[in-house]
Amino acid sequence: MPLYPEQASNFAPNVDALMVYITAICLFFAVAITAAVIFFFFKYRRKSAGGVGVPIHGDMRLEVIWLVVPLILSLTMFAGGAVVYVDFRRPPMDTLDIYVVGKQWMWKAQQPTGLREINELHVPVGRNVKLILASEDVIHNFSVPDFRVKMDVVPGHYNTLWFRPTKPGKYHFYCSQYCGTNHALMGGWVTVLEPTEYEAWLSGSSSADANPLVAGEKLFAEKACNTCHLSDGKGRAPSLNGVYEGKVLLADGSTVTADDAYIRESILAPAAKVVAGYQPVMPTFQGQLTEEQIIALTAYIKSLQSQPVPATGAGIAPAGKK
Amino acid sequence: MSTTPAARPSATPGNTLPREHYLNATYGIRSWLLTTDHKRIALLYLVSVTFFFFIGGAFATMIRIHLLTPNGYLVTAETYNKLFTMHGVAMIFFFLIPSIPAVLGNFLIPLMIGAKDLAFPKINLLSWYIYLVGGSFVLYSFSTGGLDTGWTFYTPLSSVYSNSAVTPAVIGVFINGFSSILTGLNFIVTIHTMRAPGMTWFRLPLFVWAHYATSIIFILGTPVIAITLLLAGLERMLHLGFFNPALGGDPILFQHLFWFYSHPAVYIMILPAMGVISEIIPTFARKPIFGYTFIAGSSIAIAVIGFFVWAHHMFLTGESAYAALTFSLLSYLVAIPSAVKVFNWTSTLYKGSISWDTPMLYALGFIGLFLVGGLTGLFLACLGLDIHIHDTYFVVAHFHYIMVGGAVMGYVGGLHFWWPKITGRLYPEFLARIAAVTLFIGFNLTFFPQFILGYLGMPRRYHSYPPEFQVFNVMSTAGASILALGYLLPMVYLIWSMRYGTVAGRNPWPATGLEWQTDSPPLTENFDVTPEVTWEAYDFVNRPDLGLDVKGAPSLAPAHGDD
Repeated sequence: MPLYPEQASNFAPNVDALMVYITAICLFFAVAITAAVIFFFFKYRRKSAGGVGVPIHGDMRLEVIWLVVPLILSLTMFAGGAVVYVDFRRPPMDTLDIYVVGKQWMWKAQQPTGLREINELHVPVGRNVKLILASEDVIHNFSVPDFRVKMDVVPGHYNTLWFRPTKPGKYHFYCSQYCGTNHALMGGWVTVLEPTEYEAWLSGSSSADANPLVAGEKLFAEKACNTCHLSDGKGRAPSLNGVYEGKVLLADGSTVTADDAYIRESILAPAAKVVAGYQPVMPTFQGQLTEEQIIALTAYIKSLQSQPVPATGAGIAPAGKK
Repeated sequence: MSTTPAARPSATPGNTLPREHYLNATYGIRSWLLTTDHKRIALLYLVSVTFFFFIGGAFATMIRIHLLTPNGYLVTAETYNKLFTMHGVAMIFFFLIPSIPAVLGNFLIPLMIGAKDLAFPKINLLSWYIYLVGGSFVLYSFSTGGLDTGWTFYTPLSSVYSNSAVTPAVIGVFINGFSSILTGLNFIVTIHTMRAPGMTWFRLPLFVWAHYATSIIFILGTPVIAITLLLAGLERMLHLGFFNPALGGDPILFQHLFWFYSHPAVYIMILPAMGVISEIIPTFARKPIFGYTFIAGSSIAIAVIGFFVWAHHMFLTGESAYAALTFSLLSYLVAIPSAVKVFNWTSTLYKGSISWDTPMLYALGFIGLFLVGGLTGLFLACLGLDIHIHDTYFVVAHFHYIMVGGAVMGYVGGLHFWWPKITGRLYPEFLARIAAVTLFIGFNLTFFPQFILGYLGMPRRYHSYPPEFQVFNVMSTAGASILALGYLLPMVYLIWSMRYGTVAGRNPWPATGLEWQTDSPPLTENFDVTPEVTWEAYDFVNRPDLGLDVKGAPSLAPAHGDD
């Protein structure tokens, strides 16, 4: 019977090390206190019916010791946990980004090439992978015990989860946040492939139809985004060329990074962060787009990065990104 | 093990029940349903919380049977989800939260401080009726479609997507909240204003301190859960957008509000149990509790710090990493006062005169189980480790060790300890020891395997699971059958003893508290004359009235303690 799951990601050894460290400390205290209780229980068993104990009321030195020592040990546990967690919450820059959408009761993933998977996820070994998580309905949680990672998938938010698989193989993933009737069936397999196999797998099953760029470009026209977001920056709305991952100057003087979450918010709640120099005229698309369509639009907007910013539109939307 | 040399000095066959006491003062159903006697109201609560305990227990039994096989043995996915939800709602809101405060606290606080009743006897009765009304709404929900949201009622599942009877359930929990608030108010006012002459704050039994701390949480926390669930109900009924992102709400907001109460609620469950243990240990070790002020102060510290740790339930919701760091640190801080209590209880045993009576077995069982429950909290407070064990069976095991291993062991132990005071009769000692040991073993067999299941990655609230997890699930179910036996046994012999038990006398153990200075069962007015307190808490040596062999006791220089 195994006592811990397979170690198949960069986080697994660190999380297990925390487990061993905290278990060791706790085991020490648990054994010491249990031994003391049992020892006293026998040693000071009542000898006569009227017997009384020695009236000891307390000891200040002992109280201070057992306030301070557990406090110090606790702080070391806190620090160890904090290091791993901060690493987990800060994905590196060079990630392979995969969109994952949860809905009652299935997982849909989309590779950067547009390849879609349901209740499956293929990733290359040794590569930093970032999952961008969205929910169509209730709160879910994407969890891979063999990687020691999980993250809630919250409607109305984008959460991210990153890991670096270290071992090829097939690993269970689960929904860990109770989400209704078939919560327990909302799982699947992560397949970790050698990089060459991963490339072969991608090209073997890819199809242009599924390409989010194509779908996104179509939506961009269908939803009439292109009537205001002119690429030369002369429209009623800022040009989106090169906006992705750049800094955007807002009407209130602050700046934000145009990441996935910002783009999503700007589509669903355009009035929340208005770009400097523009009127809040954009209507909300709340309820008119599925999470997957938002992902497609985001993918299209991302692709605009590679196009040169027209000279006439300079200095308007993207402030800072070269 | 049926007889010990430490037979109880006053529990001799010569005892007779007092001629008049609160149980025979008046007769008839009206005299119970309209009573304002805190002792009778405590018994009304005893019956009602026991009812909900058996409802919750029946659901738990079905859950454990269902999980015997990977594909589920007993019910459909939908029914399974309802079972664990209703198990949680019944146990938490209608058994664990009221159990010790509303039964033992209600019965004992006035007796312990030398008062005739609580400060507001009619409000006390009102609390019970509110509890009944709230409970009826919840039972209505259970019986008309059930409830499948999880006891956490997370939105938008509960407010939009669930097809079960959510609305009556949230109304029931909302109403029940007022019962807690009024009980807390009653306790605080009583403890402040109705202490007998000489009963200073630092002569109060630690049980009273624990209930004072609990009452603070009742009053400050309960309104938040009540309003939060009401908002979720309004979102469901009227489609107002509080938590549903499609209507401009935020589901994370619900979690913040929910846990702002529901984490302190854990301390509502465990603090009174700690109070019980703090009474039992000095009584059966026959010596003053070690570090009185530290145990009393740690109750208050737990109540206060406990309000600032709620977001540790939300480390993986995407909350700011800075918030997560803060809440992790605060969660470690709240562990310290709990540790202080355990160290002090253990030290109290040192050089005691320890009897092996049943309440003491429960107290020692409590220390062992609370130790495991508390220490595993350190694992979950650890940010890096929580990424892996969050929302797995590790969490399930952890909080059952606290709530069942801790709170319920404290409650059952306390029932045994004060049973002679409540009924005037003793429970059968031998059977009671068997039950205590059965509970301890059954509990560990049920829940320890779940720690391993959790670390292996089995998520909670799963009606079916991959086959590799079956071994530990079977172990857990086997343990649960022993545990169930451990609960049925006291149920049977406690009822039996109400008629056939040995008459206990005023102070069978003997113990030092004021509640033992009056008849068992007490008069309706509790005391013939208002008692005057001239001794410190848990002082056995300067109490010739207890009839103990003080001269033969190993003596010590005057206490250098802190009380």
